[in-house]
Amino acid sequence: MAAKDNSCSSIILDAIIHSSLVFLLIVTLFPVLHIASVSLSSSSAFAKGIVGFYPREFTFAAYKMIWEAGKVSNGLLNSILYTAAGTFVNLVMTATMAYPLSKKALPLRGFYTMVVLITMFFSGGMIPNFLLVRSLGFYNTLWAMILPGAISTWNLIIMRTFFQSIPNELEESAFIDGANDIQVLVRIILPLSKAATATLGLFYAVGHWNSWFPALMYLKDNDKYPLQLILRSIVIQGQVAQELAQQGDLSALEAMGIGATTAESIKYATLFVSMLPMLLIYPFIQKYFVKGVMIGSLKG
Amino acid sequence: MNYRQWIKAFRKTKYLQLLVIPGLIYYIIFHYIPMYGIVISFKDYNMRLGIMGSPWVGLENFYKFFAHPQFFRLIRNTLIINLYQIVFVFPAPIVLALFLNEVRNKYYKKVVQTISYLPNFISMVAVAGMLFVFLSPQGGIINNILSLFGIEPIYFLGETKWFRTVYIASDIWKGTGFGAIIYLAALSNVNIEMYEAATIDGASRVQKIFLISLPSILPTIIILLIFNIGGMMSLGTEKALLLQNPATYETSDIISTFVYRRGLLLAEYSFGAAVGVFNSIINVVLIAVTNYAAKKMTEISLW
Repeated sequence: MAAKDNSCSSIILDAIIHSSLVFLLIVTLFPVLHIASVSLSSSSAFAKGIVGFYPREFTFAAYKMIWEAGKVSNGLLNSILYTAAGTFVNLVMTATMAYPLSKKALPLRGFYTMVVLITMFFSGGMIPNFLLVRSLGFYNTLWAMILPGAISTWNLIIMRTFFQSIPNELEESAFIDGANDIQVLVRIILPLSKAATATLGLFYAVGHWNSWFPALMYLKDNDKYPLQLILRSIVIQGQVAQELAQQGDLSALEAMGIGATTAESIKYATLFVSMLPMLLIYPFIQKYFVKGVMIGSLKG
Repeated sequence: MNYRQWIKAFRKTKYLQLLVIPGLIYYIIFHYIPMYGIVISFKDYNMRLGIMGSPWVGLENFYKFFAHPQFFRLIRNTLIINLYQIVFVFPAPIVLALFLNEVRNKYYKKVVQTISYLPNFISMVAVAGMLFVFLSPQGGIINNILSLFGIEPIYFLGETKWFRTVYIASDIWKGTGFGAIIYLAALSNVNIEMYEAATIDGASRVQKIFLISLPSILPTIIILLIFNIGGMMSLGTEKALLLQNPATYETSDIISTFVYRRGLLLAEYSFGAAVGVFNSIINVVLIAVTNYAAKKMTEISLW
């Protein structure tokens, strides 16, 4: 920033800043490390309260138990299905609508844009949405996970802005060759927009992966639950963990003796399983999200 | 443009108009029909009769809510949590951005930023789940640490007085790093010559933060503040729902969780929708008032 400043106030300022930032790093990373460590420690080590930020009495027991019970892996598969199908529908719907809206000469463009923007400020709310999904026959189906959020208005605007930045000349030569707008979108615009499409795909995918409330509202059967809802029932409602601990390959005596702490280990392991995919990919995708914030701030 | 020209322009763009159709249908079905569905808050909705056939009851559902024994508790809890959010959560990213802006080492700055984004990618359920296990009175790390100081285990999520603290602290944890991005972007646009001129005039770094950095991101702060206050009645449903239990309703029950419980779980659709509408009306009033106040005081506003 400025030239070197060795005054007393500057040194104090630096001390405050750097200690705050180090505090931030610890507070951010420690919870994740602790979850991982407990999930890999024996339940007796956990009961003694000696697990900090690395595993003690290393074991995969908790993971083995949740794997054998099948609930978590079923949730994982459902989440993958909802994320993949949902993101695909999101991208198709968003691109098809964003392209015409990016054309300044389109008649009714102002009207369409208004129809879209109004929904950013007004909505029917929880109950009318629920009644709609039910009366459409989507209750307890895959469609309820995909269609109600098929377009995010925010992402639509980002995509429209991106399409507007593509030079017109590229399309015009295709029109001279007799192509129509749909062919131009599929053959010219989309291949040119790979980076933008991938970015929006990530936004949508992370949203689907982390979402749980629509599933709570619209799904009835436990075997359709995504991972986030399984996580909620195991960690927050806590009943399932108890069941799993009793089901697992522990002798009856052990189940009675350390049942409670085993249930705790299962909670930590489930938490870590649910966080792991994001922990692994977020360092690589975070820069696209940062860009998304920037575009949003320019428009907003 | 006259009628004939307009038809011609429309014909010329028929394929583009075709492309608009799926999106338009989506918006009508999933956004405008639910908006129309709000009429059930003025009716006694009955599944068999449908929205059209159900009898009108005027404002009865609203009166029922105003007369509800928990009405004041719901309003109080909703407002207090949101007030705390504005006071404690909203400034955190601003402070982080100002601090990061003072860091000269690029790599250090980059590493801190990247790590600070991490909580943004962790799901709300996982955040709530971590709170449950860390704050658990049976072996949770927080109570383990407290016991080192001789403090008896506290059942944080089962006691009314701790709910707001837990709620706000975890909000700060989840949103600060990512929230700082927008302020850092605004700070990077500040003309470096301003800082240089201030240095020549003998300003200290602390003075430069308060006299240059902070004022230059003030417009961003105010716009985001208006958005925050405008959205405040609707945000937070998911987290409150995850963290609350009947033992803490005294502080944890907010309007939107009440809508979920009465409207969806107990299937009182009309009543739930009416409470939801009441919530939205407060929202619109809040955003208008904040916008007006911001305009009067700083000449910055949304409209």
